[in-house]
Amino acid sequence: MEKMPQWADVVLVPLVSLLLASIISAFVILAIGESPWAALKLMVNGALGSSYGWGYTLYYATNFMFTGLAVAVAFHARMFNIGGEGQAILGGLGVALVCLYIPWPHWSLALIGATLGAALFGAAWALIPAFLQAKRGSHIVITTIMFNFIAAALLNYLLVNQLKAPGMEPATPKFAQATHLPSFQDMFSFGDTVLFRGTPANVAFFVAVLACIAVWVLIWKTRLGYEIRAFGHSESAAKYAGISPTKIIVVSMLISGGLAGMMAVNNVMGEAERLVLNAVEGAGFIGIAVALMGRSHPFGVFLAAILFGFLYQGGAELALWTSIPREMIVVIQALVIMFTGALDNMVRAPLEKAFIAFSKSHAKAEG
Amino acid sequence: MDLLFNIQVWDSTIRLATPLLLACLAGLFSERSGIFDIGLEGKMLAAAFMSAAVAYTSGSVWVGLLAGIGASLALSLLHGLASITFRGNQLISGVAINFLAAGLTVVVAQSWFAQGGRTPQLAGAARFEQIELPFASAVADVPFIGPIYADLISGHTILVYFALLCVPATWWLLYRTRFGLRLRAVGENPAAVDTAGVSVIGLRFSAVMICGVLCGIAGAYLATGLQAGFTKDMTAGRGYIALAALIFAKWRPWYALSATILFGYLQAIALRPDLIESSFGFEIQGQLLDALPFIMTVVILAGFVGKAIPPRAGGEPYVKER
Repeated sequence: MEKMPQWADVVLVPLVSLLLASIISAFVILAIGESPWAALKLMVNGALGSSYGWGYTLYYATNFMFTGLAVAVAFHARMFNIGGEGQAILGGLGVALVCLYIPWPHWSLALIGATLGAALFGAAWALIPAFLQAKRGSHIVITTIMFNFIAAALLNYLLVNQLKAPGMEPATPKFAQATHLPSFQDMFSFGDTVLFRGTPANVAFFVAVLACIAVWVLIWKTRLGYEIRAFGHSESAAKYAGISPTKIIVVSMLISGGLAGMMAVNNVMGEAERLVLNAVEGAGFIGIAVALMGRSHPFGVFLAAILFGFLYQGGAELALWTSIPREMIVVIQALVIMFTGALDNMVRAPLEKAFIAFSKSHAKAEG
Repeated sequence: MDLLFNIQVWDSTIRLATPLLLACLAGLFSERSGIFDIGLEGKMLAAAFMSAAVAYTSGSVWVGLLAGIGASLALSLLHGLASITFRGNQLISGVAINFLAAGLTVVVAQSWFAQGGRTPQLAGAARFEQIELPFASAVADVPFIGPIYADLISGHTILVYFALLCVPATWWLLYRTRFGLRLRAVGENPAAVDTAGVSVIGLRFSAVMICGVLCGIAGAYLATGLQAGFTKDMTAGRGYIALAALIFAKWRPWYALSATILFGYLQAIALRPDLIESSFGFEIQGQLLDALPFIMTVVILAGFVGKAIPPRAGGEPYVKER
């Protein structure tokens, strides 16, 4: 059977999906009495027009890179890890414990320690769902949803009781000054020119970029990555080739949970510098949209994460200057998930037909 | 044991279990036909908003109820389109529907009412009234039976009684009618149903639509019965608790009733920390009660206490053989 060229599959299908999502969003904005064109200009200016805007865009993008990679790795093993939210909550707990109870001499060591703590806690939270899927056949989607709620309750409990700082707010004390991660403002301001003033983007962005590269190496350059992809394509073939399903399910979910947990290095250690309730703010779920949009490829995830970072910062600007509430971004996110994930066939089939018709007429003209 | 014999606790159990029960039965229809639905939450939320908004503007709760069902049906149609017609991933479609509802309800509420994503308070005919069953005040003084009849059984809105009636109705429809037999069959072995000349797509769409109607009623109950108006994210995870109850109930109607009553009871006692302390002699953290439905469901899923086996064709789009 004829297929469309790979570039169309990788680039065109997500772009058409994005276009469809934007058109519907534009109609929603029109329906509530605002101008979509003005809204878009405001978003671009607010998110990309200054180093201040970029400072927030890249901060959000860092979160989404981690959670997007988490979903993408699980997708390669044909599993849907919807528990990024809970794993990121637990990652935050790991970061908080590492930063609060170990006297770090320098931020670079603290960064390594916190990254490990975050990954360890995130992975641990994915372990039980993974094990139940592998050994008991309980559906990973259902168990990870349940674990999101259990994680939220657990964190709520700890912040109200054991870890609470003096005062009314359910939050941990501020981390020590030595664990302060350099922000983009610290790193990229020279002399009198202050760039990224007051924005939360920090060195964790580079950790996220490294994670993208590491996932690329893992999935396409290692034996484990090969086994994960083989298992994702066909479980029976993988079994026949001597690949243990239990091992792949558990290991890929541990990696996935670890990546989701590592998001906490950015939002807990880099931005808040203490652990608060609801620190994840839905980033775990945005990872689903990012992974779908990025076609589960680390480079695609990188780009999609920046796109969603732009949407988030742009959405904040919209809420500030217009009557369009921040939740508009949730609508766009939903539409992207719908078109790139569930309605993929609807977008793909006409494109495929068009390509086949084009190549046939081309062949006739040449022949 | 104040907790077990407190009429007020059981009264609020019934109130809190009602939306769970309706959503759980909604999910039961959909999943029994082989369509996974994690979008129960979103459909309830959309229905809660539409019913409150229309009930406020029209002044009639019944018109509001219809509008709520309409909103929920629209999302069901979208789910059916994505997962049946275009054979997409049912789980991803459900996730998208949840976000769509979470975003759109606030955006539209802000645009219509400009109250920060809420609807105005509902009053009078824009809410479901509590129904006083016959002789409730007359027998209230009879010991034991009186309070149970007057406070526990009587004095709920009509949707509560409707939800309870839905349980035997669902059982009858699923196990005693031709439609029910086919519906269950299409969730186990769609190819067999197709071979028998019955439309798989038609059956699945009707199941998804029934699910939409029930979710719509559940949402309308939240905004116009349990509370007086829509607030942002007012479903607060109830769609997921209903999903947990569905697994707990092993996809069966009568078990669904007991599972949702159990989870409703947990929500009800979480509201009464004083009673918990006097019954057990120590405090139980509210967070533990919040997490308990999910923890119990994981234990059931793990198969330690009776295995929950989902419909066999669940989650798989049906592709006709050629």
